[in-house]
Amino acid sequence: MNPENTRELLINMGPHHPATHGVLRLVLEVEGEVIRKCIPHIGYLHRGVEKLAEDLTYVQALPITDRLDYLSSMVNNVGFCLAVEKLLGIDVPERAKFIRTMMAEMARICSHLVWIATHALDIGAMTVFLYAMRDREKLLELFEMVTGARLTVSYPRIGGVRCDVNEQFLEELYKFVDEFPKKVEEYETLIDQNRIWLKRTKGVGVISAEEAINWGLTGPTLRGSGVYYDVRKFFPYDAYDKVEFDVPLGKNGDVYDRYKCRMLEFRQSAKIIKQCIEKLPDGAILSENSPRIRMPASPLKIDKKDIQFEIFIEDKTIEEFIKKFTDVYASVESPRGELGYYIVCDDSAKPYRMRVRAPSFVHVGVLPRLCEGSLIADVIANIGSIDIVLGECDR
Amino acid sequence: MMETLSVIFVTIIKTAIYFGILMLHVAYATYAERKVIGHIQLRLGPMVIGPHGILQPIADVVKLIFKEDIIPSNVDRRIFTIAPLISLTAALSTFAVIPVNDGWVISDINVGILYVLGIAGIGTYGIIFAGWSSNSKYAFLGGLRSAAQMISYEVALAMSLVGVILMAESFNLTEIVNKQQEYWYGMFLFPQIIGYFVFVVAMLAETNRVPFDLPEAETELVAGYFVEYSGIRFALFYLAEYLAMFCMSALATICFWGGWTVPAFLLKFFPFLEIVPGIIWFILKVYFHIFLFLWLRGTLPRYRYDQLMAIGWKVLIPLALLNIVITSLFKYYH
Amino acid sequence: MKPIEIVEKVKEKFPKEVLWFRCFREECDITVNKEKIKEILSYLKSSPALEFDYLIDLTAVDYLGFREPRFDVIYILMSIKHRHRIRINAQVPEQGCCIQTVSDLWATAQWFEREVFDMFGIVFNGHPDLRRILLPEDWIGFPLRKDYPVGSELGDKEWETFKELKNMAKGWKEDES
Repeated sequence: MNPENTRELLINMGPHHPATHGVLRLVLEVEGEVIRKCIPHIGYLHRGVEKLAEDLTYVQALPITDRLDYLSSMVNNVGFCLAVEKLLGIDVPERAKFIRTMMAEMARICSHLVWIATHALDIGAMTVFLYAMRDREKLLELFEMVTGARLTVSYPRIGGVRCDVNEQFLEELYKFVDEFPKKVEEYETLIDQNRIWLKRTKGVGVISAEEAINWGLTGPTLRGSGVYYDVRKFFPYDAYDKVEFDVPLGKNGDVYDRYKCRMLEFRQSAKIIKQCIEKLPDGAILSENSPRIRMPASPLKIDKKDIQFEIFIEDKTIEEFIKKFTDVYASVESPRGELGYYIVCDDSAKPYRMRVRAPSFVHVGVLPRLCEGSLIADVIANIGSIDIVLGECDR
Repeated sequence: MMETLSVIFVTIIKTAIYFGILMLHVAYATYAERKVIGHIQLRLGPMVIGPHGILQPIADVVKLIFKEDIIPSNVDRRIFTIAPLISLTAALSTFAVIPVNDGWVISDINVGILYVLGIAGIGTYGIIFAGWSSNSKYAFLGGLRSAAQMISYEVALAMSLVGVILMAESFNLTEIVNKQQEYWYGMFLFPQIIGYFVFVVAMLAETNRVPFDLPEAETELVAGYFVEYSGIRFALFYLAEYLAMFCMSALATICFWGGWTVPAFLLKFFPFLEIVPGIIWFILKVYFHIFLFLWLRGTLPRYRYDQLMAIGWKVLIPLALLNIVITSLFKYYH
Repeated sequence: MKPIEIVEKVKEKFPKEVLWFRCFREECDITVNKEKIKEILSYLKSSPALEFDYLIDLTAVDYLGFREPRFDVIYILMSIKHRHRIRINAQVPEQGCCIQTVSDLWATAQWFEREVFDMFGIVFNGHPDLRRILLPEDWIGFPLRKDYPVGSELGDKEWETFKELKNMAKGWKEDES
């Protein structure tokens, strides 16, 4: 056959596809089953969260952070609150810190459960899906008990949390995390000891430590390559410096190691929740300086004592500018990776600019690097292993 | 003249009865699948229609028949419409030679095994045609995968049966069952354990079931070769798949499990087993294999395309060859 | 290393480029000229005492009406080894709205730069694949600029494809009635 007459087959995977976890669209150029080129197209879920936030007050902007990563909305809220608290200089009461940590870890377990469910389903192990959903249901009920919502909780407030937890909730949660490691073992018996699972995941989508850093991966996706970086340990927020936990690391940076990291994180999260319940102090749950829901009068009273600057050019207006605009960056370890909020404040009650550093966005960007040269089936395994939520990716 | 007519008449009646019973079984195999997998996955499965959802398959059939039959505008209409029929006809035709009890067979021909393998191979054409004519890339890939998979695994499937043929010294399926009675163990399963292993793996691949369901890999190719089908045509593919499952299970039962007979040594210990009719034994053994299909679907992930090929050519075929060598040596010196 | 020490190091190395720095809540940002941004960043990345091997984020802010030059491109860097963070702000004017790419220093910058281009219209010279990323290819305008309206009634600024869709829908309705 004349090679000039042959051409690659272009497959349009998504935006409506059972395994692209939402509305991710991948244009695959395949030669037989081998992928020569992979071009991700995103933006199908773009709602302009960053632009919207500029038109809302800080308190009003909180609920839209729920809609970023809808599988772990609690962590999104916490990240936003941390950034605003840093900006306004609010100290959060101890009890609120512990409650937030506890809730964030619950959200992490929830999110990882969805991940293991869909990841296994993508590779073909359907049963794990329902096992994971069974346990997630319990957690969602617990969320509902405290926050009144199952998914989009909007529970943390700037300067604390909305309402207190009660004994019944703590007891039920304790019982759940006590049993949870056994349930993780249950999932592992279904997949981890399965030769087909190992064959499908080991040595697939390998990314080295240097490359993973270069590509900006975070969270379990980075730690699967053996890089020790966890925001909870590096820049502790909330009560993470008061609880003990390990950060599981992988070695080879393949799909299996990323899977293994998350499976170990299940146990660490359960451990953190246990400690939080045991150490939970009494006291207030909301700081006195916390801004009211009806937003405070503009301009904001920001404590700018610790601002320090030096100007090396001759421009009179610059000093005024520096004093007017203050910016902070705060990040949290979301289940997917580092979720950062960069907020620029112009002393009004609305953020001048809110930037969300979404881990999913970065992780989708690395897909071509992971997929090119592998088979179609590996694309599915890779999408599962980087654990993306398109709501967060497209913002 | 009258004799020929009466043979034709009897055959038609036999076929009709066989067909009716078979279809009922297939319908309830779908129900069994949903129930078994449901219970494996902590669900209940169909529960609404009839007590414990017992009428669900009938409701499904009615729904599928009355559904709109959509033919996309750019498909090759002729091939698109005959593809499911090819699959179904091939799957149904295999049952012409499969005996369910001593003498209970439509046509007791002497090359039964060859006939079954040959006709089952034709079913592949239905899938390839469906994939090709759909004018969809997913269906096309599914069709290609299925072509490669079926060709590779048919080799292993046929070779795994060579050991049985050597021991039975016949291609006739009834003969094979009767021959097994002559040995004290009463089943070819024991001497042909390697052959049986190869057969079971190849049978899973041949019927496109988990963990070898690549042609219809739900999460990769959406639904593979029948992604563009709907309504009754879609149902025909499903029917063909379940018929193939039954056919392969029946073949395994006949060639390795002694069909409708009970091993002699078992009868010696449990003489009361003799009152159980042969057909019951046969159905039990077939359903054991069907359950195996469902059980695997509930527990295993899916293989990747290259791994599937590697298993077929590098593991199963050498194993089957080894089995043939051992069997022939044994046969020669015995 | 303390942020302030990092600032001093950068100031020492590039005395002409650093315009000002500011520390707030234990975070420092250094504002620099855009011309030598790549040298500064590659110095930060490769210098063993700093070793900013990790680009956390790359974004931009529009200071329309508050300052000239109008845009700031912001690089948030972190070092996994030394566990410190720093922000570098590069000033980009509205006229000749471009800056050098850093996608060869950090691969992750590729998508971040595409997003900044998409949202602010800042061109990154030398970027291998500078296309719109979140918005459709035929979108007009740069939504995160301050002069872009938030409301849904965009009038003439409406996305062309959406206009077409609207007209088509109108046509169908007329056909029905």
